[in-house]
This record gives sequence, structure tokens and C-alpha cells, in this order.
Amino acid sequence: MSWVEAIFVLLSLVALGSALLVVTTSHLVHAALWLVVTLGSVAGIFLVLAAEFVAWVQVLIYVGAVVVLLLFALMLTRAPMGRQTDLSVRRALPSALVAGLVGVLLAVTVVAGFRDVRLDLDHTVVGSAETTGTAVFTVWVLPFEVLSVLLLAALVGAIALSRLRAELSGADVAGTTPPPDNSAARRDR
Amino acid sequence: MPLWWPLLVASLLFAIGVYGVLSRRNAVLVLMGVELMLNAVNINFVAFDAQLRDVLHGGQTFALFTIVIAAAEVGLALAIVLLVFRTHGHIEVDELRELADRDDPTELSGAAS
Repeated sequence: MSWVEAIFVLLSLVALGSALLVVTTSHLVHAALWLVVTLGSVAGIFLVLAAEFVAWVQVLIYVGAVVVLLLFALMLTRAPMGRQTDLSVRRALPSALVAGLVGVLLAVTVVAGFRDVRLDLDHTVVGSAETTGTAVFTVWVLPFEVLSVLLLAALVGAIALSRLRAELSGADVAGTTPPPDNSAARRDR
Repeated sequence: MPLWWPLLVASLLFAIGVYGVLSRRNAVLVLMGVELMLNAVNINFVAFDAQLRDVLHGGQTFALFTIVIAAAEVGLALAIVLLVFRTHGHIEVDELRELADRDDPTELSGAAS
């Protein structure tokens, strides 16, 4: 086993272990912090697989922006600190069954299909900023433009949802406290 | 390294993400499961890009596009989660049943107002 393969196996084990902790930990904030570890290891896997620019974009956008947004969401919804026992317990067994079936199906399919294919990383062109930028702005420029329109649409949608919240709170439908009949109905269930 | 190593890692990461989406009750934790699944897909893209030695770098470009779509999705989902919290006081996906299919329509009158 060469050192590249050793690094890859190490990063994979870190990524899978911390991903398991993300979905099983009973601390809300710890889940977000373990997600940082998972995404960072995936960025390392990208580096090993000769995708340098994708790795740095992963660090910038996922670790830098997405996790901060998730932490914001946890903070703004007043997530309680400390242990919570009712975070995931109710359907743990059926969920584990379905996820295990999905994992076994995918793993058996890809291993059976690509068992003999070797990945020769010594002669692969490293996807640096120059090569990736050339590819994006020559061959893939039309999908790139469509993607910018999609980002604009998502931005407009997020602003529209926030405006909806402002109008609703003016009509005394929304507020920091839930409607009383709603919470009563929830207790009955 | 054999090609199936990164593919196996991606499959297992995807399965872990599926488990997170199905078992968690907090909407933000469900979103984290979705992020794990998107990352698993990205590993597949990058691995096949390296194996095929794509001169157009289609795999890496598509991985970049997936990252952008994930960022847009998280931005929208944050707005929706905050809106749900403002109107309901909680973000537990089990309790949000206004859009559920019911046999008895009159049952809805107490829950949705």
C-alpha cells in the first residue's frame, strides 16, 4: 500500500466515523461540529483524487458558509444546549434498516461493477484553478450561466420568504409564541 | 488504488446520510443528512473524473455545480426553517402535519388555524 492509498484510507475512516457521529449524537451543536470534520475529510479525499480546486471550494463553501448557516439556524431556532434524548429515538430501527439496505445495495453494485478498474493517480492531470477555470469558462459556460440564474432565483426566494414572515407577523398570525390552539392540538397527539 | 475504494466510501456516506434524514426529528439535523448525501455524490464525480482522465473535466465541474446547488438549497432551507419556527414555535418535522393526507378532512380543523 503506497502512502497515497494510506492517506486515502485514513481520510475515509475519519469521514465515515464523524458522519456516523453527525447522525447519532444527542447534542445539536456537536452534530454541526462533527459535520465540519466530515466535510474537511471529504475535502482531503478530493485532494488525494487530484481535484485541487474542488477541494478548496469545498473548504470555502461547505466548511466556511454552509456550516455557519446551519449553526445560525440552530441558534435562531433556540436550540437547547446539552444532551437531548428525544432527538432521533423514535424511528431508529426502521431508519437503520432502510439506510443499511441502501448502503448494501449501492456498495455491492459499485464493487461488482468496477472491481477490476484501477485508478492511476500518477498520470492524472491535477484539477488546479487554471485547468478547472478553463474548463468551466470554455466548455461548461452555458450550464454555468444557468447556475447563476438558479442562484439568483434562490436568493429571490429566500427574500420572498422573509418578506412573508414580516407580513404575517404584522397580521398577528406569526410571532415568537405559537398559536395556543395549535400547541393544544399538539399536546393531544 | 482500486476505483471501488472511493465508490465504496461514497456509498457508505450516502447510506449514513439516508439514516440521518430518516431518523432525525429536528429539521436542521435533517438538512445535515442531506449535505452528507450530496458530498457522497461529489466523491463519485471526482473519482470518475480521475479514472477517465476527462480532458473536459466534466466530473470536477459537475462537483462544483453540486456544491453551488447545495449552498442555494441551504439558504432557502434556512429561510423555510425560520418561517416554520416563527409560525409553530418548533422545527420538529414529526409535528408538521398540516400538509399530510388524511382520511377524515374534519380532523384538520383543530390542528391548522
